[in-house]
Amino acid sequence: MILIVVEHANGKVSKSTWEMVTVARELAQQQGSDTPVAALVLGSNVAAIATEVARAADQVLVADLPALAQYDPELWSAAVAQIAREGEASVILIGGSRSGREYSPRVAIKLDAPLLEDVISLKAIGGAITAQRYTFLARVTETIEATGPVAVVTIKPGIFNPATPRTESAEQFDVDLDLPASRLNITGKTAERNSRVSLTEADIVVSGGRGVGSAEGFTQYVEALADQLGAAVGATRAIVDAGWRAYSEQVGQTGKTVQPKLYIAVGISGAVQHLSGMNKSKTIVAINRDAEAPIFKISDYGIVGDVPQLLPAILAELKK
Amino acid sequence: MRILTYIRQVLDAEESVRVANNTVALESSKLVMDTMDEYGVEEALRLRESGVEAEIIAIAVGPARMQEALRTALAMGADRAIHVETDTRLDAIALSKILAEIAQKEEATLIFSGGQQADWDSHALGAATAERLNWPQATWTSALELKGTTLTGKHDVDEGSETFTVELPAVITTQQGLNEPRYPTLPNIMKSKKKELRKESLDQFNITPKIKFAGAEIQVKARLNKILNGKDALAAAAELVALLRDEAKVIA
Ligand SMILES: Cc1cc2nc3c(=O)[nH]c(=O)nc-3n(C[C@H](O)[C@H](O)[C@H](O)COP(=O)(O)OP(=O)(O)OC[C@H]3O[C@@H](n4cnc5c(N)ncnc54)[C@H](O)[C@@H]3O)c2cc1C
Ligand SMILES: Nc1ncnc2c1ncn2[C@@H]1O[C@H](COP(=O)(O)O)[C@@H](O)[C@H]1O
Repeated sequence: MILIVVEHANGKVSKSTWEMVTVARELAQQQGSDTPVAALVLGSNVAAIATEVARAADQVLVADLPALAQYDPELWSAAVAQIAREGEASVILIGGSRSGREYSPRVAIKLDAPLLEDVISLKAIGGAITAQRYTFLARVTETIEATGPVAVVTIKPGIFNPATPRTESAEQFDVDLDLPASRLNITGKTAERNSRVSLTEADIVVSGGRGVGSAEGFTQYVEALADQLGAAVGATRAIVDAGWRAYSEQVGQTGKTVQPKLYIAVGISGAVQHLSGMNKSKTIVAINRDAEAPIFKISDYGIVGDVPQLLPAILAELKK
Repeated sequence: MRILTYIRQVLDAEESVRVANNTVALESSKLVMDTMDEYGVEEALRLRESGVEAEIIAIAVGPARMQEALRTALAMGADRAIHVETDTRLDAIALSKILAEIAQKEEATLIFSGGQQADWDSHALGAATAERLNWPQATWTSALELKGTTLTGKHDVDEGSETFTVELPAVITTQQGLNEPRYPTLPNIMKSKKKELRKESLDQFNITPKIKFAGAEIQVKARLNKILNGKDALAAAAELVALLRDEAKVIA
């Protein structure tokens, strides 16, 4: 069995889940087509999620429990390891989100299995699994191999094509879980969400750095351009630390990784920590007054010039 | 209490990466303590300076050169260091076994580790170590305070952030924003030379890694580098929009 741990947010199955379905179907084919793909749904009030993923997998396992209303690394890892053991899963696919990468190591240790982190390709031949992943702040592509009956894998979001739902729905089963008590006691939450398209799922991302001048400059130039293009907005750590933008918009090593079709960097120098979060974008555009800024080295198009002059001109041109 | 801070030595962020013989070549490159790990050393020092009685032990696993990073941690203020010397590259799951065993032997109750390794881009060591010790964990912390045996803090999650409390013993992963790591002063560098740096052999830990590293390559996506002069803003804007529409076909 190939086990997918379903990622969902705000009552919807996340795009990353459909990407994992693509990986699972490819693996099932490599392992012999009778290998079933099971989707595990963890949460509270997740009936709609289970129904939606029934069109993704051969089997849906549902743990709809009040105790799972909130993500916790110890609960999630215990649940996934138990289901993987009971179902004799050969590969466990977990989303490469911050939470997925947090609880997956615990699953690997519980199952005495290797952990293949944040992979961008995956092949299972015989008992061996080969994967590729980015290292050195996404500047190197590395190949890793694991052997053994079980492997835990986190899938980097935004790499694989999301699978298309089938027309027929798979059967759903409720599962019983033996859950530990949570020891990380959450006392408050700051959900940073906005009405724009999600940063990691957007086709176009417009990001701003210190070069936009101020929080107002960000709104006036970056948000205006994003709205015009139907894009998501991103930010550098420098302006998140300055309080101009929310952390949820940060792109880079300690923020989100994005691979949009078009990434527009406005007033961003291109520090390696920022590049590691966006250097796989298909087309990169930079606007910076410093011709030597490192961002230009990885740009397809760019303008050396002043943001307050160029952005209104670009907006006007787009509206023509 | 005893605090372990796990240290890596990585390529300086300003250096370019090179690949030779299927692996990343580090010789003749500037190597530094992983910034992500510096925050852990700094946080341990701050805990002690806030009045918590603590012995701080820096730990590294890897080739002989790692000692330079350990010396930096000692010069920042750590009390002693342990170096498990090996030229074999170990994945985070294998490494966590070493870290957990040392934590047990040293009777540590708090472990710091960087949120992401700047070389292997791994997030796994903190959680894996916590699992082996059957401790809780808090990852990607940006604020911490210790009262008695209760840690209060703030950390980043998928969307946004959370405040939390957790009882020691615990594993904490650190990141930029948690604090400003200090630079070692000259007197402290002198003092650190006399501090204990104990070498341990890898053999005693009985490690059999399940991950094999089979190769590395640099796949640089060729970029067009069509950079326009923006002196005439209107002309440059018109040209850029035309290129994005007609050549790249990425906007309508
Ligand atoms: C451990 C660690 C993790 C990090 N993680 C991240 C991360 O996840 N994401 C991230 O972004 N950073 C991260 N950083 C920080 C990173 O190193 C840089 O400091 C940061 O990316 C710089 O942001 P910036 O480009 O906005 O600012 P700057 O580097 O100050 O660049 C501003 C740019 O704007 C240009 N400019 C200024 N005025 C104008 C104008 N009027 N018109 C046009 N251009 C103008 C300047 O030429 C300059 O190139 C991290 C650092 C560390 C140590
Ligand atoms: N693909 C990339 N990912 C991250 N940074 C890059 C990339 N390409 C170039 N750079 C940046 O450009 C600088 C010079 O790179 P190089 O051409 O390797 O000497 C590096 O220090 C990085 O800051």
